[in-house]
Amino acid sequence: MTCCSPSLELARSEERATGADLRGEELKHAGRLGVDGTVTYVFSVPAIHCGACIAAVEDALRPLPGVVSARVNLTLRRVTVVLAPENASSGTTPLRLVETLERLGYPATPVDLGDLDQLAREKESGKLLLALGIAGFAAANVMLLSVSVWSGADEATRDLFHLISALIAVPAVAISGQVFFRSAFAALRGGRLNMDVPISLALLLSLVLSLYESLTSGAEAYFDAAVTLTFFLLVGRYLDQLMRERARSAVLGIARLAAKGATRIVDGELVLVAIDEVRPGMHLRVPAGERMPVDARVLRGSSDLDRSLVTGESEPVLASAGLHVEAGALNLTGPLDVEALSGAKDSFLAEMTTMMEAAEQGRGAYVRIADRMARLYAPAVHLLAAAAFLGWLVATGGDWYQAVTVAIAVLIVTCPCALGLAVPVVHVVGASRLFQAGILMKDGSALERLAEIDTVLFDKTGTLTTGTPQLSRSDNLSGEESAAARALAARSNHPASRAIRAGLAAGAEPELQAVREVAGSGVEAVIAGRRARLGRPGWVAEIAAPEGLRVDGEFGNGIEDDRRHGEKGNVAFAFEGARLATFGLDEAVRQGAEPALAALRRAGLAVELLSGDGEVPVRRLAGMLGIAHAAFRQSPADKIARIAALQAEGHDVLMVGDGLNDAPSLAAGNVSMAPASACDAGRLAADFVFTRDSLAAVPFAFAIARRAKTLVRTNFALAILYNTVAVPLAMAGLVTPLVAAIAMSASSILVVANSLRLARGGRPARAEPRDADRGEAAAIQGAGRTPQVEPLEIAA
Amino acid sequence: MTALVFLVPIALFLGLLGLVAFFWALKSGQYEDVDGAAWRALQDEDSARIDEAKD
Repeated sequence: MTCCSPSLELARSEERATGADLRGEELKHAGRLGVDGTVTYVFSVPAIHCGACIAAVEDALRPLPGVVSARVNLTLRRVTVVLAPENASSGTTPLRLVETLERLGYPATPVDLGDLDQLAREKESGKLLLALGIAGFAAANVMLLSVSVWSGADEATRDLFHLISALIAVPAVAISGQVFFRSAFAALRGGRLNMDVPISLALLLSLVLSLYESLTSGAEAYFDAAVTLTFFLLVGRYLDQLMRERARSAVLGIARLAAKGATRIVDGELVLVAIDEVRPGMHLRVPAGERMPVDARVLRGSSDLDRSLVTGESEPVLASAGLHVEAGALNLTGPLDVEALSGAKDSFLAEMTTMMEAAEQGRGAYVRIADRMARLYAPAVHLLAAAAFLGWLVATGGDWYQAVTVAIAVLIVTCPCALGLAVPVVHVVGASRLFQAGILMKDGSALERLAEIDTVLFDKTGTLTTGTPQLSRSDNLSGEESAAARALAARSNHPASRAIRAGLAAGAEPELQAVREVAGSGVEAVIAGRRARLGRPGWVAEIAAPEGLRVDGEFGNGIEDDRRHGEKGNVAFAFEGARLATFGLDEAVRQGAEPALAALRRAGLAVELLSGDGEVPVRRLAGMLGIAHAAFRQSPADKIARIAALQAEGHDVLMVGDGLNDAPSLAAGNVSMAPASACDAGRLAADFVFTRDSLAAVPFAFAIARRAKTLVRTNFALAILYNTVAVPLAMAGLVTPLVAAIAMSASSILVVANSLRLARGGRPARAEPRDADRGEAAAIQGAGRTPQVEPLEIAA
Repeated sequence: MTALVFLVPIALFLGLLGLVAFFWALKSGQYEDVDGAAWRALQDEDSARIDEAKD
């Protein structure tokens, strides 16, 4: 239970102080008001993963004033908190809950309760579990009676037992078997055959035959076969459904990035409007820290925009009047007044969605293994049963009763219990292995498709890199300078500022006066009577002492300029009249990228890089990671074109990406993965979402998929082997209800046992939980190895 | 054979009892968090003890 003792992350909570107001307001809308005035919040907390976490989280939240109850759901990684009515004094705000959790090391994001309600309505697994319970009860009791018959009960007793069995089995199959009947009916109406057709036929015919037998004092009734069949098949269905729902709710649980409302300017007044009420021509205000609700043109104000999720560019761009901005771009440093150029429905975001849908249609060609089997199996079963029926009819010279009995025995024996379990059990076990490693899977077919791939395409920004810069080097700073730079950095949302704040040692910070943030330049403040600036070197140099300046001449903020000046950093700090100090910022390569790529290559996969970013950063990253094929300045359409070209050559492509610009290509790839930090559209399009930082998730998921494929194949082999033995026996008329019961149960149990092998053996590092990550990081620092930082320069 | 007159109803009644208990468990949300329940069973009411045990 020591895997996750809470750790304090002081630095992070300090850093957040500036953005708190905005988030607090947003969080308040996430709650649901109960009838008694209490407010319920549901948070998704992916870091919860053991019993100690339950205690740590609940013990931390319960003592807070105003918290009525706090309960962790470990299965779904969620916390449900009920707060006392808001007007109560000394109440706790939802922001405080989130902060408390983050301080403990459990970052939390609110779950949209509307989505949650919808999920509950669509919840099928509850119904299936109910059906499973009924089938289980019926199977146990009918089997009890059947065993008595097999062990010698006869005449009146046997007839009585058969009748009691009928009383239990008929309603049980009527209720529990509906899943199969409905699906079979739908298939038949569509002129198709699926696995549920022979299942339904076997269930119904065996019930009818058994009823006839019972009423005519016959010796052989198949009630037990009918109910155990239902039971085993429902187990497969239930597992399949459970897995899908789990993955879906987990994906929903990650907070949404898209703006839900917009601030409209009407005659100088600010009014909050819903996102779909925004019309072209409206004037909107976008405060620092928010995303653009729609495509817009900047009217007033200046700021930096982070477009990394939209276009894949790693560097923030300077926004000033006249600039066209896509929906989804993050406004970093100052408020902007913009004119909407589109409604929510036809913004850049919507355009991406349309491309995604178009791309997805191309993918629809994939047929799940189970369905491919069903296409062969269902006609074969029906033909065999018909052949048995006709054969016996001829052989016995017109004995209908005997012919029907044998035909039904063939249907029962071939009933695809083992086949029905062969795939879902493997997928459920695979999904739970992946879930333990922080990887969410949308549905089982993704695992099948992942096992087929031979090419992996990576996006750069946010996928191979973390998307946020890190401090890689700084000039020697005095304690005073360091503290001042840190304090200044706290006042800006710019990624460079955050990197500097995180990179400098924490200490006592001086008081800042007259703080102002100049968009595109940096932050300025007065510290103890002296002006101090942190930002673009050229801007900082205006106040620094000339002799302290070591940048020659032009002060660019582009990558090329920095490169030419050799070691020069791209962010500077100076007190007025003092020496200029520079910082170097690197875009950090995502943890585990190198070993992940190496593992993928070892597995025989081709690796390519497709990025929307410029040539220099892409080339450098590709060189570092040894990726031969790297494309830069790729538009979403270019990416799709590349995928289509590969697919046309017969390759199966895994796309790994995070941005809005990647969403269409995620949908176009044969299978796709996205980090949890990806945009909404990306996460929805991806088949797998990995919630841990490490890129090791990609080869891990691939390895699991490969093993799952092998196991599914052995399962099918087992099921076919069973059929080759059982079918001839059934056609020869040798299968009594007793033999059918034993054969069916044995084959199902064998298949399940085989599938469970996926959960055991070859445990690669038991899904490297957080402690392992920490240990690894410590080891790297201890060994004096350079942290995994890509020397890519980012302009301030 | 007269034993059957009460043995069979008893067997069925016990089976039904199990089914009803299962329905009740399902309704009262005991299948909502199966993983969590497994851990909670091991937890002491006194959480201070857990903290000590962890060190």
